[in-house]
Amino acid sequence: MRLSFPQLVARIGFSALAAIIGILFALPLIWFIFAPFNARAELGIAIPDPWTLKNFMTVFGNGFAMRGLLNSLIQSVGGVILVAAAATLAAYALSRSSIPGKGMITYVLLLFSSVVSGTAAMVPIFLIISSVGLMDTHIAVILVFAGGLLPTAMFILRDFIDGIPRTYEESAMVAGASPVQAFFDVALPVIRPGIVVVVVWAFVNIWGSFLIPFILLRSDDLMPSSVAIYSFYSEAGTPIVTLLAAYSLIYSLPVVALYLFVSWKFGFRFFGGIKA
Amino acid sequence: MTKKNFSLLSHRAGAAFLAPAAALVGVFVLLPFFWVIVVSFTNRTLLGKTALNPDFVGLQNYIQLFDPTTFFTRGQFGFSLILTTQFVLLSALVGQALLGLLLAWLMQTIPPALKRIVETAVIAAWILPEVVIGFAWFAFLDYDNGTLNMILRGLGLPAGDFLLQQPFWVIVIFNTWRGAAFSMMLFNSAFASIPPSYFQAADVAGASSWQKFRDIGLPLIRGHVVTDLILITMWTFNVFTPFILTNGGPSYRTELLSIYNYRIAFREFDFGKGAAVGVIIMLINLVFALIYLSFGRKKAKAVEE
Repeated sequence: MRLSFPQLVARIGFSALAAIIGILFALPLIWFIFAPFNARAELGIAIPDPWTLKNFMTVFGNGFAMRGLLNSLIQSVGGVILVAAAATLAAYALSRSSIPGKGMITYVLLLFSSVVSGTAAMVPIFLIISSVGLMDTHIAVILVFAGGLLPTAMFILRDFIDGIPRTYEESAMVAGASPVQAFFDVALPVIRPGIVVVVVWAFVNIWGSFLIPFILLRSDDLMPSSVAIYSFYSEAGTPIVTLLAAYSLIYSLPVVALYLFVSWKFGFRFFGGIKA
Repeated sequence: MTKKNFSLLSHRAGAAFLAPAAALVGVFVLLPFFWVIVVSFTNRTLLGKTALNPDFVGLQNYIQLFDPTTFFTRGQFGFSLILTTQFVLLSALVGQALLGLLLAWLMQTIPPALKRIVETAVIAAWILPEVVIGFAWFAFLDYDNGTLNMILRGLGLPAGDFLLQQPFWVIVIFNTWRGAAFSMMLFNSAFASIPPSYFQAADVAGASSWQKFRDIGLPLIRGHVVTDLILITMWTFNVFTPFILTNGGPSYRTELLSIYNYRIAFREFDFGKGAAVGVIIMLINLVFALIYLSFGRKKAKAVEE
């Protein structure tokens, strides 16, 4: 279709406006793209001259920094396994069994999970964790994340499983499979894409989170990257910018990689809407 | 056994499947809700003798929070509550929702290559871990070398130490920047669900972009707008991320309710009072959540059976 003159002007105007907004969004991140590769990085933007990987070598040589990444990995993977396993079983039960009040359970779960959140939940959670003697352990962080993420994970998976015809499992059971066999051998492989979505979503949430480990952990040895990153200060109390920048980039890579994976595999569409 | 009642899992197997999730959600979601109410009526502290043997103090914590002589004082509960309300109104309802709507509408007409680039920048602000974003903004706002002041000086405008001078506006803009991606994506998918023929018909009739937005786009996505407004209000009300940027300061000027709650409970170790703040936050969350769920009921009903 040929554009009329006013339409053409409108389109150019819209493009210019979108470009300006895009630049405004990118500005705070430009430092973060250049500084890791600059041996004399400061808080200002400077194009690295020459480009160097020296900052990364320093990070890799820093035991504490690497320990932080390992801790993030332990807590995220632990949390993800727990969330995915418990949510899959529960969502399957909510979808396929005739437990009375299933709809009500889903409703109450969603209600409470959005009410009990943030710092308001941290006081009682701190008390629960300390009364069972799990304070300052990986397992405390893993359990608290799992509990918090489960309601949403169950909701996503239930939606997904409801969309799968029951005839798959029914025919397996007619052929003599037990319900549990039907779940593991027939249903589980079909549900797998839904589980992948939950796994990625839970991982990104735990990996990037600051508040829960910040409150539940005390030992330097257990701190995930999100908290450990605050140790990159000189003795005078000024940030060591070169290290901070390189470490931030390494720490962000898994999240960016998973985002790209999801948008390639599923199309990002609306799955992303449930990040919070 | 009729076909309709034939279920794939017996009650017993269903209960077993539900058990692990029920235990975790019970201990870390349901129990905290009731525990925080109990603690809010005590003088429990983290340290000292009231840590183990707290006394029941009735409504004392709540009376302290709503004490009219200190209510509006900086660093007090009332000040944080008002600050948080302004923060939600400006950064979520005005900032994120309007910017998201504008971006989603622009995305409909601009060339695909430009669309991808702009979307990447907006989504990056949302997807990156909060501490990384915090440091990036710290560098961006730095008085001596920061990108923002470099640009301002380049344009011949006065530079500023914005984290000290305008801390509230910094966190408002920061939160708008951080969260606009969600609204943009939600409105994007809402616009995509409108049949293209509606817009083509309007084109033929010679409608301007504004007329198409006002008369076709906006009315047809009204439901999505309400969903978006409730969700971003809830999230922004509970957000803790500005703490990373400002620590609640300078002199309590960015102490949102979540940050105030953190200070009372985990810096001043007053768990009783912190729990009372927690109860109020949860009650406000409950109102938002009920509005959201009653609005989304139709959708939930469809999921049920």
